[in-house]
Amino acid sequence: MSILLRNVNYTYGKGSSEEKQALKNINLEIHKNEFTAIVGHTGSGKSTLIQLLNGLEKADSGEILFHGKNIYDKDFSMKMLRSKVGLVFQYPEHQLFEATVVKDVAFGPNNMEWEPLKAELSTFGALKDVGIGEELFDVSPLALSGGQKRRVAIAGVLAVEPEILVLDEPMAGLDPAGRKEIFDLLKKLHSERKITIIMVSHSMEDVAEYASRVIVMNQGEVVLDGEPRKVFRYEKELKQIGLGVPQATSLMHCLAAQGAGVKEDCLTVQESVSEILKWLKRV
Amino acid sequence: MIRNITIGQYYVADSVIHRLDPRVKVTGTLLYIVSLFLFHNFWGYVVAVGCFFAVMVLSKVPFSYIVRGLKPIFFMLVFTAVLNLFWTPGTVFFRFGAIQLTWEGLRKSVFMAFRLIFLVLGSSLMTLTTTPNQLTDALEKLLRPLRHLHVPVHEIAMMMSIALRFIPILVEETDRIMKAQMARGADFESGSVLQRLRNMLPILVPLFVSAIRRANDLALAMDARCYHGGDGRTKMHPLRYQGRDFAAYFICIAYCVLLYSAVTYLPML
Repeated sequence: MSILLRNVNYTYGKGSSEEKQALKNINLEIHKNEFTAIVGHTGSGKSTLIQLLNGLEKADSGEILFHGKNIYDKDFSMKMLRSKVGLVFQYPEHQLFEATVVKDVAFGPNNMEWEPLKAELSTFGALKDVGIGEELFDVSPLALSGGQKRRVAIAGVLAVEPEILVLDEPMAGLDPAGRKEIFDLLKKLHSERKITIIMVSHSMEDVAEYASRVIVMNQGEVVLDGEPRKVFRYEKELKQIGLGVPQATSLMHCLAAQGAGVKEDCLTVQESVSEILKWLKRV
Repeated sequence: MIRNITIGQYYVADSVIHRLDPRVKVTGTLLYIVSLFLFHNFWGYVVAVGCFFAVMVLSKVPFSYIVRGLKPIFFMLVFTAVLNLFWTPGTVFFRFGAIQLTWEGLRKSVFMAFRLIFLVLGSSLMTLTTTPNQLTDALEKLLRPLRHLHVPVHEIAMMMSIALRFIPILVEETDRIMKAQMARGADFESGSVLQRLRNMLPILVPLFVSAIRRANDLALAMDARCYHGGDGRTKMHPLRYQGRDFAAYFICIAYCVLLYSAVTYLPML
């Protein structure tokens, strides 16, 4: 177990006329080396939830345990938590500010008050991880392409060597090539570096392909939680809260409803194709 | 974190004062503020205060809400009051070592504080009942004659409304950038003043970059919709005076007359 949330509540704009309960009684356990996707409609509380995980926002009630220790205890180090739980915001490239790529990535390690050698090593290690070559090290981050900028921004978070990487829609606004770059990066970090990944996403296709667990949020509550294959069975319920399932899954649901004897829980086009072929051979 | 900053604190309510033409409110408020400084007579204050509370009741804005506007000028208020109290020559009624208080000083400091308080309360009442957009509209209309002096009235008004429109966006952006840098271990709360200023850099640079990007996008979008400045431009909600607005102007004049007669004919107090 790495993060445990117990009865967490969070209310926005307390005491003002726009008071809104963003999170209601959340109970969650994020395990080591999971690849979790959080999905939900705009305003369902996803962004608030991920900001609670590294202590940027504080829950009104309930507790959050990181490796069994309550993060709201007085002697708990928030700095440690923020280095262990790396948070990548939406459009992270908007937060680049240094004159060169290397300096920007080194911002995090320098804040951690590590030995200079360790800070340098992790900086270059992170740049290598995200596939930014040496020729770009001394370039201004603002001169890079969209996908490159985003990878540099992610490197800035990776450089503090987090155990858990939380990303808010890491693919938003990128072209297909850029999306693939980021996804391959996440996959590599997950499988090779054994980093636990939590990702907010709007694309059910991406979720189906990459995540090992899906958490569905609606109006501040967790409504579904499980493997994608299980969660995407609830197409009707998901549609009711403004979400959907991967198109391939939806197709299989349709075929089955028409009386075709196919398995319904296919996630990708590939799977659906072979399942349909199998069924056609049978009839 | 930074979200509790309020600029343009419009109080949503449905009242006669809210519905008034913003030009009336701007003119009336100006008149009121000027009038506060034109008398040194107790009765004058009775009229001014009474008038303020009458408008406040009509506007349905709670008094506690308006009083919040006094917070930023609190120190200035105390400072001027103290200055007037101790340094006005006149009949001494209290002496303690080098400190001496005079009746004239007491009177002056009370009156001065009164003026400042009602200056702020009066203008707060206007901004609480008028949206920033209505306000810029009113200013554009009221200042229109200055066009003949080659003052770019429309452009100034447009800049004002764009600036107002972008405040909440930039506040949100600042909040997000701040959090993102905090997630990378940035610390904005400790260190010396110089250190803290230096620590603002990771917020300011991205904020300026994004503000410039937004400005560029907006300019392009305005161009794409054929914006060509103020000449011949029509309004979606043109300002038009109605019966109640004329009534309000009349009440403003009545206020002036009442104030004048109270100050002139009632015994000096």
